Amino acid sequence: MINKQVPSPAEAVADIFDGATVMVGGFGEAGSPIELLHALIDQGAKNLTVVSNNTGSGEVGLAALFKAGRVAKVICSFPRTANSTVFPELYRSGRTTLELTPQGTLAERIRAGGAGIPAFYTPAAVGTPLAEGKPTAVFDGQEYVMERGLTADFALIKGRVADTYGNVVYSKTARNFGPLMAMAAKVAIVQASRVVAPGEIDPETVVTPGIFVGRVVEVANPAHESELVAAGASYP
Amino acid sequence: MSAAKEQRGWSRDEMARRLAQDIPSGSYVNLGIGIPELVARFVPEGRTLIYHTENGLLGMGPSPAEGAGDPELINAGKRQVTAIPGAAYFHHADSFAMIRGGHIDLCVLGAMQVSQRGDLANWSTGEPDAIPAVGGAMDLVAGVKSVFVITQHCTKEGEFKLVEECTYPLTGRRVIDRIYTDLAVIDVTEDGFRLVELAPGVSYDEVKGKTGAPLLPMRG
Repeated sequence: MINKQVPSPAEAVADIFDGATVMVGGFGEAGSPIELLHALIDQGAKNLTVVSNNTGSGEVGLAALFKAGRVAKVICSFPRTANSTVFPELYRSGRTTLELTPQGTLAERIRAGGAGIPAFYTPAAVGTPLAEGKPTAVFDGQEYVMERGLTADFALIKGRVADTYGNVVYSKTARNFGPLMAMAAKVAIVQASRVVAPGEIDPETVVTPGIFVGRVVEVANPAHESELVAAGASYP
Repeated sequence: MSAAKEQRGWSRDEMARRLAQDIPSGSYVNLGIGIPELVARFVPEGRTLIYHTENGLLGMGPSPAEGAGDPELINAGKRQVTAIPGAAYFHHADSFAMIRGGHIDLCVLGAMQVSQRGDLANWSTGEPDAIPAVGGAMDLVAGVKSVFVITQHCTKEGEFKLVEECTYPLTGRRVIDRIYTDLAVIDVTEDGFRLVELAPGVSYDEVKGKTGAPLLPMRG
């Protein structure tokens, strides 16, 4: 019998190892898996490579993982945001390296990695500093730059409802990178507000099919980053 | 003393209003953060536009009523928004397939510099201590059918923003179609910048003097 549910965020992230590549879902606070990130901070894995669109805000969630000194490198499209103070300091002092990637290229690199495509050509960034050193090619008279697919050891993703087979549906714009990262990670870990039995999610509405998901954990009332930041919270 | 000051140039709202006139009904539109967002307020009555926000929503509506927002329903600027009836949510690869695949009709962006060939610089000053951040701008300019810039004609310090060659790092090469400033509407053509329309009280010579590259006059 398949049952991908684990009892707690701590158990869900227990085997994330030093030096692992971890994809972290979310665009801004929408879809940021705060509880899984806090469990990862507690767990202690370090020297991580993080793949995420942003670097978090305030001193909670993703920003707290950076603040705790666990992230050696981040692959990211937009590392500065309002209330984003932790990453700029780490970047300027050279403690975290940055691989800057256009947002659509980041999404496609993750999708490609998950789909077994090692590289692809995109028109985005041609002629800009972000294409420097990368192979280019001309197709039908237009220049394109080659980008590599991305895979990861783990992904941390926030869903709305998951079933014990790992099928996931999301909430509004919190979907963002979740379905892509689930495909690209060896072990995709999904926190959902509700975990239900197989059959309770209409198969026509499943967004991420369970084959892409390794573990699901119920976090009934997930925190919202903006509320924690407004309250001046910091983790741990 | 009571005489109304003669109008010279367009305010930010008037720039947005002028740009909005040029968007056909039925267009799928992506508005950048800042002045571009103002455009949505001035779309002429009777026209229906569908707004795309690259974080994963087609059919973006206005800001929610106070207290009615949802932290998981935000726009590309990470501000809470609403979804209109008929809206759709999707993941990032689909969202950027809409962009790169040429399915979005128009994108409106801010600019640091635009060159006479339509190169855009709008993401980095290239200063060594700046935190580089690009977001979706490079994908948008590479894939959206028409790309308009809305910007002040010059910087606060009076430096040219419309230039022969961008000195800041590029966002894209030969990607801008039209520029709306506080002084004029200007097309990027094969022959360089060409004046399309002057703001009230502004002369061709004034715009020419504030443009760092040759400016062709309005087509007679």
